[in-house]
This record gives sequence, C-alpha cells and structure tokens, in this order.
Amino acid sequence: MGHRSTAWRRLATVVVTAGLVVACSGGGGTASPGGSAAPTTGGASGAPPASGGSGGTGFQFEQLGGSVSVVGSWSGSEQDSFLAMVKPWEDGTGAKVNYTGSRDLSAQLTAGIASGTLPDLAGLPGPGLMKEWYGQGALKPLDFVDFNAYSSSTPAGFAELGQGDDGKLIGIFTKAAVKGLIFYNVKNWTDPAPATWDELTSAATGKVSGDEKVWCIGVESGAASGWPGTDWLEDIILRQSGPEVYDKWVKGEQKWTSPEIKQAWETFGDALDNSFGGPQYIVNTNFGKAANPMFDDPPGCLFHHQASFITDFFKNEAGAKDGDFDFFPFPDINASFTGSVTGGGDLFGMFNDTPQAQSLVKWLLTAEAQQIWVERGGFISGNKGVPLDKYPDESSKKSAEILQNAQTFRFDASDQFPGAMNDAFFKAVVSFAQDQSKLDSILSELDTVQADAYGG
Amino acid sequence: MDFIAGLLANRIVAAILVVIAVPAVLVGYIALIEAIVSRLGRRWSGAIRPWLWMAPALAFLGVFLVYPTIATIIRSFQNRRGDAFIGLDNFVWFFTRNDTLIALRNNAIWVVLLPLLVVGIGLLIAVLVDRVRYESVVKSIVFLPLAISFVAAGVIWRLMYDVDPKVGTLNATVKAAGGQPVTWLSSAPLNNVMLILVGVWMFTGFAMVILSAGLKGISTELLEAARVDGANEWRVFRSIILPLLAPTIAVVATTIVIYALKTFDIVFVMTNGNFDTDVIGFRMYKELFNNTQPGRAAAVAVVLLIAIIPVMFVNIRRFRQQEAVR
Repeated sequence: MGHRSTAWRRLATVVVTAGLVVACSGGGGTASPGGSAAPTTGGASGAPPASGGSGGTGFQFEQLGGSVSVVGSWSGSEQDSFLAMVKPWEDGTGAKVNYTGSRDLSAQLTAGIASGTLPDLAGLPGPGLMKEWYGQGALKPLDFVDFNAYSSSTPAGFAELGQGDDGKLIGIFTKAAVKGLIFYNVKNWTDPAPATWDELTSAATGKVSGDEKVWCIGVESGAASGWPGTDWLEDIILRQSGPEVYDKWVKGEQKWTSPEIKQAWETFGDALDNSFGGPQYIVNTNFGKAANPMFDDPPGCLFHHQASFITDFFKNEAGAKDGDFDFFPFPDINASFTGSVTGGGDLFGMFNDTPQAQSLVKWLLTAEAQQIWVERGGFISGNKGVPLDKYPDESSKKSAEILQNAQTFRFDASDQFPGAMNDAFFKAVVSFAQDQSKLDSILSELDTVQADAYGG
Repeated sequence: MDFIAGLLANRIVAAILVVIAVPAVLVGYIALIEAIVSRLGRRWSGAIRPWLWMAPALAFLGVFLVYPTIATIIRSFQNRRGDAFIGLDNFVWFFTRNDTLIALRNNAIWVVLLPLLVVGIGLLIAVLVDRVRYESVVKSIVFLPLAISFVAAGVIWRLMYDVDPKVGTLNATVKAAGGQPVTWLSSAPLNNVMLILVGVWMFTGFAMVILSAGLKGISTELLEAARVDGANEWRVFRSIILPLLAPTIAVVATTIVIYALKTFDIVFVMTNGNFDTDVIGFRMYKELFNNTQPGRAAAVAVVLLIAIIPVMFVNIRRFRQQEAVR
C-alpha cells in the first residue's frame, strides 16, 4: 500500500507542476491570437479620441465583430499608444485587436511564413524584406486602398515605397521619422543654423576646446549595431553626390568602392575623428546614451546627429527637458543638391485578407487615427491631413513640418537594402569606426556582398 | 470540434490533458501490443515484440531527427528558392568567404579552449573538494550556473563586461586597482576568450559533478596503498586517479566539444557576432532569417554535422568499450 500511494503522489505532483509551468509560460513563438495584449486603456489621459462625431474625415465604421491579430515591434509606452490609436476602430466595428510585440520581426515572420502561422497584419522590417515576402506570396496586395488619395496625403515618394515591383500597394506607413537632424544643447550653441557643412565644421571647430569635441556618436545597438553610422552615410551621400547616385546605390547599381561612396565614408571619418571619447567610446556606447555628454557640465560635445525619435532618449537617459535642446536639419554639402531630407517609417503589411484586416488598414491610414498618436507624443505622421498644431512639442512640430515640406525626400537606404546587404553595412560601420585605416578592404568586402545579395 | 478547440485554447486544461493523455496513450499502446503479441506463438512473439515496443520511439526519432537531417542535406545542394540543384556551390561559398572562415576559426578556438578549461577546472575542484567537509555546499554553488539559460548567462556577463566602470564589475575592479577600463567585448582576439570564459562558468559545474562521481568510484584501498608506499599527492593523482578517470573525462570532454561546436546563444546575446567573434551556429541563423538563404544555411548545418561526426565516433566507441567490459 505504502509504495503505491507514493507513486500516485509523485504522479500528481508531476501533473500539477507541468500544468503550472505551461500555464505560466507566456504565449511565445509565433503570434498567437489572444497573446499578451496590453490593456487598451493603459495610462491614457482619458482624452476621448477624435471620435466625437468623427469630425473631419468621417471614417465609415461597419459592424464587423471578430478579431484581427497584429504583430509589431512596439512595446511599453509605444504599444499603449498604438492600442489607443486603434481603440476608436474597435469601438466602431465591434472587432477586437490582438496585438503582440516582438523585437525580432524578421525571424518571427520568416518562421511564420514557413509554418503558415501568420498574424493578419504585421509591422515589416523594411521595404527590402517586404518585397521578398510579397514575391513569396505571403504578403497580400492592398488593392482596397485608394492609392491616389493615400499618395496625395503623404510627402512625395512616401506612398511609392510601399509598392511592389508590379506596382501594387503592399505596405502602408503608420509612423514616420525624420532623419538627419543635428541636435544641440541650447546652452552651448546659440548661433543660427549653418547653411553648409563647411560652415558647420569651421564654426564648430572654432568653438570647442580642451576635451570637448564637435560630435557625440555612439553606434552600439545589440543585433543592429552600426545603424546610426548608416544614417550618417545616407545623409552625406544624398547631399554630397545627389539623389541619382543615392537611388542607384539603393538599387545596388552604385559600387561601394566608387569615388562618390568612398568620399562619403571619408567625410564620415572626419566627423568620427572629431568625436567624444574616440573609437572605443563610439563603438561601445549604446545609441540611446551616446548624447549624454552633450548635456554634461562641462559638455563633452556640441552636436548629436540623429532622427526625430531621439528626443525621448534625451529626456530619459540624459535627464534633459523640453527646451534644453533644439535642432537644425543636416546642412547642404553640395549647393546643387539642396533641400534634401532623409526619413524612415514603420511599414505595415497584410498577411491574411480578412474584412477586419482591410478595415483596420483603412483606419490606420486616416489623419484621424494618426492624430491620436500624434497627440500622445513621440510620433510623426506622414499624413498631411494632421494639423501641425496637434503636435505636443516644438521639436515634433518642426520635424513634421520638415517632412511635409521636403523637396527631395529619400527613404532610409539601408532599410531598402536586401537583408544581407543591410547586415554587412551595419558591420562595416562598426569596423570603420574602430579602425579607419581599413576603409579600402571594408569597401571591397561590401562590393562582394552587394554582388551576391542583389544577384540571388 | 469547436468545443474541443475552445477547450484546448485554455492553457491549463491543455497542459493537464497533455500530461495525462500522453502517458495514457503510451500505456494503452503497450497493453494493446502485448495483447496481440501474446496471441502469436512463442516463435513470432520473441522476434516481433522488441520492434513493437520500440516503434513509438523509432517513429519519433524518424520524424524529428532522421527526416530533417536528410532534408537538410538535400537542401544544402539546392539553390535559394529550392527548385534546382547547384551541386557544391553552397559549400564553395562557405569556404571562400572571409566572414565564414573567421567563424570557422573562432569555433576552432572554442573547441580547443572550452573543453580544456572546463575539464581542467572541473577536475581540480572535484579533486580538491573531495576530502573536505563542506563538499556539497561548494558543489552546489559551482553547479548553480548550469541551471540558468544560456541567454540569461549572456545578459549577466554582458553587464559584467560593460565598459562603464559604474556598470561592469570587471572594469570596476580594474579601475579600483588603478587601471583604465578595458573594452573586453570589442577587442579582438581577447573577446573570444572572454566569451569562452562565460561558457566555462556555465559548464564547470557539469564537469565537476560527473568527475566527482567518477572520483568516488575509485576504490579507496588503491589510493591508500599508494600513499602507504610513499607516493605524494601529485603522484597519486597522475598515476592512479587520472588513468582510472580517463573514460569519464573522455565523456565529459566530448560533451563539451559538441557544445563548443554548437555555441550560439552566448555569441548572439553578447556581441552579435561583431568584432570577429562570429561562430558557425550564428552564421546559420543569420543566413536563414536575415539573409533568406535557406540553401546556404543548410550547407552551414551540414558542415557542422560533419565536424561533429568524429566526436560522436569517439563517444560511441567509448560506449561500446564500456558495454564490452560489462
């Protein structure tokens, strides 16, 4: 009797433990509907979303019910904002949005495509992968979107970036970012914005002394280390060699060893030489903390080159407040290529064509929806229908204005590269920042990857 | 059907069902085949019974081990889209690209250093702690790191190696001793050694526990006889303990070598393959997910398989010898 009851007791323990372990493990792996959806009213200041009569665009909500699963790279407060943005849609259609955040979109979606378990809508890592997945038949075309209306409400060239090679719309932009902004601490720089790169370097070099340098640069970022340097190079190439060279470079038709590209790297190298902390600091400091010396007393540097979203990091990492910092756009390098703006954005695509997914896509494109997140801060909308006075702080307003008035707008080049090229580009930046004398071998290695990545 | 699907969606219910159902199905299967086999006469039942008993395990291995291996090997000879055979092109790519060769070199360093350090330190601790009273306390402490996941270990040590002395323990020590902070993770080739040290921290407990068990299996009479004869501790260790422990050491060493070839998590979390720390396992991941080149990823997997074969060979021979002794 004793032996048998111990055996049963053991079995019961195993069952209960296993049950607890499985129940407690989060819904990992491929996007499972009903996974860790954050509370939809997370910390919102209660301001009713612009649904009071849906003034303005008058989006037509139809009663749909059901649900739509969404996977994106937003978490924390960004996730809360996204959920606030879709709340009016949920209320209007009676459908539920099941959102899961993921830091490794390309791995999760590649595995999802192979296994057939995919969310209805998903954030896409970039136009390059978007086209690959469309070519595999995983992403569905968004034929139900009025392309002309979409294209005319966004800056020139923006809407076209979501098109496949056959002209169909596959991806839409939900969130935009302006890149190539030069931030400074208002206490340390009071001159007007320099008009050219040469003016900037001579004025800045004249101002700094002792340990203080002109730039604060940090390229560390885990799996994507090196990306801040790629933004630098894109800005330089666009302004130094012009949009045609930039476009050829994006398509893989401009060699990395060509004089135009090499010159851009050398210009970047000059900035690196004049950076706080030297190569080891640059290579080991996370991009979010890189600008901290700019707010120190005495300051470690004058300028920090980044995209518009960095303001959140100034406040959280460096303890700066609104009004401590300001920015001006990256100045012209070559007078014939003026008014250039580089930017990025979060693309969304549809894997499963359902009525709920279609309706949500159309909602996300409206100025009304975008305005919700704009008002919460940390978000630039590509939609010109969002009035500028809705932006909660001066720098977002300025950035949005720059985006909407750009003469020559170009989307971030590295996001458009094929995956392998992008990866090699990031690594090249890290190697170059560590040791500039290796430039020639770095560039010829990039050429090898280019021939391979664009060819296959 | 919908009701069952709804029920399964609840995870607790699903867990209980699985934990109960799987053993129940297995037991039911065994009962069933016993009933069938006992009907068949003595001659047949003796021959068929072992195969029927092994059938579930063989099926499992076949589906989850044999089939993927064969499919991967075939895939490694195909192009990116998988619709044409391109012979050895993927392998040529592997052996002619700079970055993959660096990964190969790094794995070689791992294969040499990791087992050496793990077995060496594990053996040292096992021998030293053998005759001390607080033996189980020390062994528990040394064994603890094995209980955490590789990713967690990577995160912990990434913080330990941090360049900022206010965050990184190592650099805090260096600074307190009057030196300048060292960039442990971004200075090649030192960074490879630092990554290997994380692996050593994780696996020493494993080696120590197994070697300690082997140590205790050596008869004390043998050791005492040697000491009575005038041998000092070092002589005892070299001439008696080591030879008798040789099979155990071989088993531990081959396990660690296999891990060194497979290493991925530590590199992924700590340096992401930058600064010349790339390894083969990580390249396979990158080729498949970032570069969408399944043919090449398969080729990397096959190279890894070929590298492991000699190690498995040694292991199996050792196992056969032990069986023969029994």
